[in-house]
Amino acid sequence: MKIIVCAKQVPDTNEVKIDPVKGTLIRDGVPSILNPDDANALEAALQLKDANPDTTISVLSMGPPQATYMLRECLAMGADDAYLLSSRTFGGADTCATSTTIAAGVRAIGDFDIIFAGRQAIDGDTAQVGPQTAQRLGIPSVTYVQKIREIKKGSVIVERQLEDGYEVIEVKTPVLLTAVKELNTPRYMSVERIEDAYKAEIKIWDENNVNLKPEDCGLKASPTQILRSFAPAPKGKGEMLAGTVTEMAATLVGKLQELHVI
Amino acid sequence: MIFSEKHDLVRKLARDFAETELTKEVLDEIEETGTYPTELLAKMGKAGFFGIKTPKEYGGQGSDYISYVIVLEELGRVSAVTDIWVSAPNSLGGGPLMLAGTPEQLKKYLPPIATGEKIMAFALTEPEAGSDAGGTRATAVRDGDYYVLNGRKTFITTAPVADWAIIYAKTDPSQGKSSRGISAFIVDMKLPGVSCGKAEHKMGIIGCPTSDIILEDVRVHKDDLLGEENRGFQNAMKTLDIGRIGVAAMSIGVAQGALDEAIKYSKERKQFGQRIADFEAISFMIADMATKLQAAKELVYRAAQLKDAGSSEAGVAASMAKYYASEICNEIAGKAVQIHGGYGYIKEYKVERIYRDCRVFTIFEGTSQVQQMVISAALLKK
Repeated sequence: MKIIVCAKQVPDTNEVKIDPVKGTLIRDGVPSILNPDDANALEAALQLKDANPDTTISVLSMGPPQATYMLRECLAMGADDAYLLSSRTFGGADTCATSTTIAAGVRAIGDFDIIFAGRQAIDGDTAQVGPQTAQRLGIPSVTYVQKIREIKKGSVIVERQLEDGYEVIEVKTPVLLTAVKELNTPRYMSVERIEDAYKAEIKIWDENNVNLKPEDCGLKASPTQILRSFAPAPKGKGEMLAGTVTEMAATLVGKLQELHVI
Repeated sequence: MIFSEKHDLVRKLARDFAETELTKEVLDEIEETGTYPTELLAKMGKAGFFGIKTPKEYGGQGSDYISYVIVLEELGRVSAVTDIWVSAPNSLGGGPLMLAGTPEQLKKYLPPIATGEKIMAFALTEPEAGSDAGGTRATAVRDGDYYVLNGRKTFITTAPVADWAIIYAKTDPSQGKSSRGISAFIVDMKLPGVSCGKAEHKMGIIGCPTSDIILEDVRVHKDDLLGEENRGFQNAMKTLDIGRIGVAAMSIGVAQGALDEAIKYSKERKQFGQRIADFEAISFMIADMATKLQAAKELVYRAAQLKDAGSSEAGVAASMAKYYASEICNEIAGKAVQIHGGYGYIKEYKVERIYRDCRVFTIFEGTSQVQQMVISAALLKK
């Protein structure tokens, strides 16, 4: 089986602060990490490879040259090879242009049975690139996969997470699946695989390598325009009401009337 | 810069492992039961922590001393006893083999040690031969294809759970009390005549047992003689030479853990209406702790770097690193307890354990005074 895993290097949002004036992320000194959901996507692929050692796993990312660090982490977890789509032309891409580029990268890698992606990246939180990539490749996608029940010849059966339960879906391959954190626990790298990862070659591709025209990439191909970004003003401290339910309800109604909310 | 991107990834691996696996609950249970969970050891083996510098052809990871230091540093920051489990196979267990083993011995013994399937103890110290390792009294007498071993080894890390032990014994009694005439043997702990004393009740490093090994007419095949006959002392000294980098690395890790706790506590604790961190008496103490720790780190990284480069200065550099790092680790742990006040004396607080655990760092694998001997001898013999 051939698997492609889409991964993104993101700033560790646990350590990110927002610039109060510009409203943008302060990235200085913030460590870059493998997007957490993408680690689940890779782990899902690695578990399929554990069960069927003939499987090959290629990791694909788009990003600046330093994203090779994240790709080497993927190799050190057990992926077979890694590709980075990196070019100035790809810069400023929104999810629309990103998925065009990722889909072109997938075509350039070649045959595959399953593409795994994380549900969403912790920096943008859009959850759009996975399904859009499937759309561009003309293959089905299942989002929020929380369990892989069965791999059959020509199809897979998965559980798709819902707010209050899950769906069981059988879907034809090739398919794109997006992983949620409940799917698995990503494994550790090993010292030996880290050594190997630094001996491996990571293929770095620009738009020419994946047959894309510059006008289909990056900022030029991005319909999304950010007018302004800002951090919402912190809310004041909440007020705790006391008494019986009836008393509290009465106080609440009074307060809301006072504020002309009702 | 000493560290490459590869080393950053090794640090990430060790830090993720420490933060995820070595939780307060797990560590408290180890302390209470005195037992280290086997499933945790298995996970450490899988991550490659037991054979970091061991060549790949012998089941190891094929990495370097810098990686070894980083792993000990990050794990030790959270748990000192975990570092003992990691350093044992890398250093005292695997070290003598890698220095002197025949290809057959390497093939037989090294892979299971590097993966953690088997445990190899290192038995040099005797009740009356500690720093003066040349005073070894255990004997090995040749009898046909065998050597017959008798004697008692003491304070042997992992002895009660070891599968094998490297035992140093006198093969040439004519050499008297000199360090010559000592040989090294790989001894199967299941051989008739091998037994262990009861596990010692130690001050710290609870969860990795230490005991005596008693040898009574133990017949060891000549194939298990390690290195040349009568040249075992050199093998032991070279092993300890390397081992020192390990203890130095644990010291900076454990000291970092103590400093982390001291900083955290001093920002939380309020007295006289303000955080104790805002008193100069405390903040200057923290400044001193951090500065000395950084100096120790530079010494340890330099020793590892020299070792990786195969420099002849690596031995003295390792002694300086071990001497300084273990001493300041104790100083930093002591100050961390002081900053915690009465709470630092209570077992619920991490610094209490750190204070007990690190006390042995200035003692084992060459006391601070032995390191001073090594360093000064190198300077004065010129």
